[in-house]
Amino acid sequence: MSAPPLETSGTGLKAWLTAPIPASPFQARMQQLSLKWWRLKANPSALFGLAVIVLIVLAALFAPLIATHDIYAQDLGKRLLRPSAAHWLGTDELGRDIFSRLVFGARITLYIALLTAIIVAPLGLIIGTTSGYLGGWVDIVLMRVVDVFLAFPSLVLALAFVAALGPGIENAIIAIALAAWPPIARLARAETLSIRKSDYIAAVRLQGASPLRIILGHVVPMCIPSVVVRLTLNMAAIILTAAGLGFLGLGAQPPSPEWGAMLASGREFILTNGWIAAIPGTAILITSLAFNLFGDGLRDILDPRHG
Amino acid sequence: MSEVAEVGSRRFASPGRKGLPSWVWATGRTIISVAVTLFGLAALTFFIGRLLPLDPVAAVLGDNATQEAYDAMYRQLGLDQPLWVQFARYVWGILHLDFGTALTTGKPVMEDIARVFPATIELASVAIIIGTGFGIPMGVLAAMYRDTWIDQLSRVVGLIGYSAPNFWLGLMGLVLFYATLGWVAGPGRIDFTYEFDLEPVTGFLLIDSAMAGNWEMFGNAFSHIILPASILAFGAFAYISRMTRSFMIEQLSQEYVVTARVKGLSWSRTVWGHAFRNIAVQVVTVVALSYAFLLEGAVLTETVFAWPGFGRYLTNALLAGDMNAVVGCTLLVGVIFVTLNLLCDLLYRVFDPRTR
Repeated sequence: MSAPPLETSGTGLKAWLTAPIPASPFQARMQQLSLKWWRLKANPSALFGLAVIVLIVLAALFAPLIATHDIYAQDLGKRLLRPSAAHWLGTDELGRDIFSRLVFGARITLYIALLTAIIVAPLGLIIGTTSGYLGGWVDIVLMRVVDVFLAFPSLVLALAFVAALGPGIENAIIAIALAAWPPIARLARAETLSIRKSDYIAAVRLQGASPLRIILGHVVPMCIPSVVVRLTLNMAAIILTAAGLGFLGLGAQPPSPEWGAMLASGREFILTNGWIAAIPGTAILITSLAFNLFGDGLRDILDPRHG
Repeated sequence: MSEVAEVGSRRFASPGRKGLPSWVWATGRTIISVAVTLFGLAALTFFIGRLLPLDPVAAVLGDNATQEAYDAMYRQLGLDQPLWVQFARYVWGILHLDFGTALTTGKPVMEDIARVFPATIELASVAIIIGTGFGIPMGVLAAMYRDTWIDQLSRVVGLIGYSAPNFWLGLMGLVLFYATLGWVAGPGRIDFTYEFDLEPVTGFLLIDSAMAGNWEMFGNAFSHIILPASILAFGAFAYISRMTRSFMIEQLSQEYVVTARVKGLSWSRTVWGHAFRNIAVQVVTVVALSYAFLLEGAVLTETVFAWPGFGRYLTNALLAGDMNAVVGCTLLVGVIFVTLNLLCDLLYRVFDPRTR
């Protein structure tokens, strides 16, 4: 980990960010942030992961502008074409443009990943911190529940929930979230156990703050960095599970261009036209790889204890 | 693994309460906690079974059943009873290994699972042999030659193992090794010509055919299993090599390693003869856990390779909305997970004096 430059001379933003004594809390916060950014820049694989994630987000945001064809337009005269100037990544078994579908598929993948994170993070944080802070019976009961959920591999649990809820992308998200919150809760609890012993928590308690206020205002913020790291690393697993559900026909339904579903629909033709399956699979691999790389880098920065 | 540490420290804190040796307390505590977890598994799977938006009666009888038949089936399925009675019946059934009848096959779920399970165990066992056989040496080498190209290579391969969807690797493997190169046999467990040649003894085709001395058949079964098993092994390989590496790095920083080197022992003898012995129990735990995770990977791999095992049975049950089979399979996977965890825990306590 290379140390950030410490020169205090110079003008403008850099001087402001490296000033030895920050003039305002805002400046101090920005200095912290820039320090982290410098550390991240020193880690090429994390930077690569971040760049790929940004690229995928941009592709998802501007999908209608990037896509070259209508993703639902079928043209049976042009089915199973090899990559060419007109169809950059070829066409699928119904003559649809694979490149355009891939770009729109990024939207679905990110939608699943983002929504899952939005459900899982608060749920895991609240349960974990409450369990850790209150201790006693609450802790025992909540941790038993976590143990039960952890006793299933996440894909199998997600499959069972999807079977019960019915196929579809929203149900897949609920199922994945239900299978993904327990590790977050356990992590938050472990963090809380060490935080609750610290002096500042005792001071807040002596001032008369309620447990709710202490948990939400003073414990949860301290747990956020490690939860963010864990979530980023879990993102890869979430994307793989979502693709697996799509592949089995239990997630996004055709004609949705979800990558797992694209793999499934092209499956009959792969022995003769391998690229139909190669392309969406590579997209899944690259996305989950990017989250793994970025998560590893983020852990080194935000959560050096567990590095 | 946190469980292990927790149990260890608790034992240390309360040695010999009421005169009993502390290991009795620790074991009792573990048994109770496992029992509670198993009960929770039952409750969760029961809950999943009730979430079903489909009407379970209609699923059995079809849409054209008369009202009388419907009511009779409603009572027969016990749906008129209060929820807790239904749950009690469910738990009672589980204790007698009775998960009800699978709608797709019309046979008891337990019978179906017993029929398909050997195929999965065979696949997972070959996979774990491959994953361990490559994973442990890779992890040890990466630790020995830390920050060299060997370490980097193991990191990259491991990352791909973590990140690649194994069903996609399966498809690509079929395209490359089956369709293009013709090195391995295609989907399925064995060629159709051999299908009925063998009286099943253990249910494991490799063992059965070897015992019967039918080497031609053994070769065919092997050529069918090697690709799905290798692909399934990839994830286990990534996990095992990564964990072995970090265990080993921790050992190599210990002073006894320096002592051994100063005494004139070669680098490889120090590593394999001294350091590896100290991490052996941890590595075995990791292998056991990854065996459990292979069952998860098997769900998708079996679908890709048309492998007539547990995973494909579960997938078919899912697609058909056959909740008895889904719940039975899910519960079984949960029980296997808990059991393997418990075994690891005990293994630690028996073989690693540091946890005593």
